[in-house]
Amino acid sequence: MNPNLNRLRRSMMFLNAQKPSLIKDPYIYKPDSIMLDLEDAVAENQKDAARYSLYHALKEIDYRGVERVVRINGLETAHWKEDVRVCVAGRCDSIRISKTESAADVLAVEAEMRKAEEEFGVEHGSILIMAALESTKGVLAAREICEASPLLFGIALSGGDYTKDLQTSISGTGVEFAWARGYMVNAARCAGKQVFDTVFTNLDDMEGFRKETEMIKTMGFDGKSIVNPRQIAVCHEVFTPTEKEIIKAEKIVKEVDEKKAMGIGVFTVDGKMIDIAFYPGAKRTIELAKAAGVYEGDL
Amino acid sequence: MINAVGRDIPEEIIKATGMQPFAGAYARHNMTYKKDAPVVRAVIDPKEDKMLPSIKDALVKCGIKDGMTLSFHHHFREGDYVVNMVMEEVHKMGIKDITICASSLGKAHNPLLPMIEDGTITNIQSSGVRGKIGEAISTGKLKGLAIMRSHGGRVRAIESGDVHIDIAFIGAPTCDKYGNMRANGGKSDCGVLSYAYVDAQYADKVVAVTDTLVPYPNLPCSISQVNVDYVVEVDEIGNPAKIATGAAKPTTDVRKIMMADYCTQFVINTPYFKNGFSYQTGVGGASIASTISLGKIMKERGIKMGLGLGGIAGPMCKLLEEGLIEKLVDTQDFDLTAIESVAHNPNHFEITGSEYANPMNKGAYVNQLDFVILASLEVDVNFNCNVVVGSDGMITGAQGGHPDTAAGAKCTIVIAPLLQGRIPAICDECTAITTPGETVDVVITDYGIAINPRRQDLIECMKGTKLPICTIEELRDLAYSIVGKPDPVKFGDRVVGVIESRDGTIIDVVRQIKDYEWDD
Amino acid sequence: MEVKITAMAGTLESSDCQVTVEPGTGLDLSIESSVINQYGKAIKKTVLETLERLEVKDAKVTLVDKGALDCTLKARVEGAVFRASGYTEDDICAGKKLPWGGAIQ
Repeated sequence: MNPNLNRLRRSMMFLNAQKPSLIKDPYIYKPDSIMLDLEDAVAENQKDAARYSLYHALKEIDYRGVERVVRINGLETAHWKEDVRVCVAGRCDSIRISKTESAADVLAVEAEMRKAEEEFGVEHGSILIMAALESTKGVLAAREICEASPLLFGIALSGGDYTKDLQTSISGTGVEFAWARGYMVNAARCAGKQVFDTVFTNLDDMEGFRKETEMIKTMGFDGKSIVNPRQIAVCHEVFTPTEKEIIKAEKIVKEVDEKKAMGIGVFTVDGKMIDIAFYPGAKRTIELAKAAGVYEGDL
Repeated sequence: MINAVGRDIPEEIIKATGMQPFAGAYARHNMTYKKDAPVVRAVIDPKEDKMLPSIKDALVKCGIKDGMTLSFHHHFREGDYVVNMVMEEVHKMGIKDITICASSLGKAHNPLLPMIEDGTITNIQSSGVRGKIGEAISTGKLKGLAIMRSHGGRVRAIESGDVHIDIAFIGAPTCDKYGNMRANGGKSDCGVLSYAYVDAQYADKVVAVTDTLVPYPNLPCSISQVNVDYVVEVDEIGNPAKIATGAAKPTTDVRKIMMADYCTQFVINTPYFKNGFSYQTGVGGASIASTISLGKIMKERGIKMGLGLGGIAGPMCKLLEEGLIEKLVDTQDFDLTAIESVAHNPNHFEITGSEYANPMNKGAYVNQLDFVILASLEVDVNFNCNVVVGSDGMITGAQGGHPDTAAGAKCTIVIAPLLQGRIPAICDECTAITTPGETVDVVITDYGIAINPRRQDLIECMKGTKLPICTIEELRDLAYSIVGKPDPVKFGDRVVGVIESRDGTIIDVVRQIKDYEWDD
Repeated sequence: MEVKITAMAGTLESSDCQVTVEPGTGLDLSIESSVINQYGKAIKKTVLETLERLEVKDAKVTLVDKGALDCTLKARVEGAVFRASGYTEDDICAGKKLPWGGAIQ
């Protein structure tokens, strides 16, 4: 299994793949993932130039462990097949499909990836997929999209286009996204996938950004799309577990690991019986704490 | 001859200038010397009117002639009109071979270029130069030698007689008819006149130039009537918009904020961060951001700064107002908040350039600094800094108080982004050296923090913090791995400038720039 | 590759470089760079190697560099050369495949 499937993705920072000043060292800001964009950020007459720039960036820049996701052009365009080729040739970590509306879209990209993988001698499964849902059709198809491929690690809401499709606009209250967010979290969790929230574009409203991030974290999202490095620290802060959460998680993980090793199937923490279902959540809490640099235990 | 920072100082320059090669930042401690003195004119007759109708009249009265040295201050920064105004008259009079001894020169002085080309100006002594004058020096257009001095070093040079000023022109935001000058209350306020004080004391002739004549006596004054020969009123001495900017918005550049946070974390983890500590910082985005974040921690921990020193900007004044700083001691004002503060806040004091940084008086304020936060164009693996010569070989910056504060402070921190475009800030060898590495303790970059191995105590202090501490060689290697190892700039043979150490020795020379030549 | 028309790639923004490729006889390379003193040789080497990989033998190549890293220099030279040699985005979308990992590396 590709270890990237379940990696931590609290923040995914969007970068125009064809802007040298942006792509040369974004790892400085320590996002979990960067999304090198071949789609909306790149002007129609620079689609080719962006690919050369992307290819050499993937091959020659050491992104120091930050996940390199590439957003390819939509399947309704003529650009996307060459986009897939360059992604595979450059061995990015993941491909983000824009405007995904069905499981068939995912499979079409996967099929194109297979061709490219054979051409460039890249192991199938080493490059993952994520799907951006940008329309009502896409959101409603969230479940089948999540279940379309074992290579798909998650789905992301793309709010701008989605609100247009809803015939509304972004209000700042989040009410227009309430249903899509709720449904997407359910669809993703049901299929064992990750789920990511849309961007927050008002860079001067850091308080608003924090509140929205707190909300989507509470809803169950794994992370948020980021448009500016200013948002990364706040996003990570929100996703950093509290000391109390960490202590509890640590106890659960240790108890389960120990008892399992002894062949015991009943677990107790602080004198209370706990369910094995708490285990993955506790593991994730420890992982988040480690990523935030606040965990000093031995797990 | 190889000096103490490993730079080769040509024998002919040592001979021509009579200066010694740099021997270490504190080599001249305890040296005794006799101060220079001006030849002054007695003003006994109370009927004498010091007011003159024009700059030209002042030049004539002062006996302007070929080969003289004229001095100026840079408190009006890029808004200065005085230097150009005076030099235009000198030019019109056909005077040649003038030495300009300015506390600094900037892009505002680009109009001097033709005067350099036609030999009106043949020598320049300044903290540094930018723009066209820097290019003129670097391309060999200046006949004589440019001498770059730190703020403290300039005072030393004047007081020791290394340079003797014939006429000082002092731009004054307000002045009375008898020559009492203040830096506030006029149209072109600059807050303080710290760097002009030594000129008034040591120049043979002193001319006040003002655009706001005020009733006698103009008190409290920065420069007193007893040192002033003449007063000239002109329409404008500067452009207020360029003298002082409005309060700068705190930076939103995450890279700068990150370096600022590293800096603050470093500061608070040293033993010097305790009640009554002293601190100086700059006006770059990272410096301002670190002042703000430091202020927050001071408030949280109830720690007060005893002394805030040097060039002052709004954020330091804000801390003063909030009672987090006991006393601000000021030599230059960078924005309107600072100008306002020094004029009205009783705990905000103006001091002279000598008090601030002169290494050869009986103890300057910089010697009492715990921390100074500086920037640098380049830092080499021995922690030597370059703040004057661009990586392309062109003179493009000023020493300012860099070497003075670095030598004085217990903890000298330099903040520099690892890469400026493709140019690495951390390198094997600086294009020029202005500040010796023995006085630089810490370099903070966006990629990591290097502590000078001379400071094992600081290295020890940072153990257990989460700061990304590494060696300076690691920073250099990281930079080179990204941008490639740079070739050294190839200069011509002619020495066009001397970078003077604050104690009057030669720390480096600057050679004429050469057109790039392909090898094949 | 044969340079058939004049084409350009890249911008004059910091860390980028702008490359113009024109038809010509022999290789005529001119380089202007904000970091020429430190990286002139390195830039020239990268550009020449890239042109060699692309088998460009006859062209006038003009490069205005603003401190681009090697990866950007290569991308811009390739961008201009492919555009000048009949690999426009339309050609690529119509199925003309680019030699990733081959002539492009």
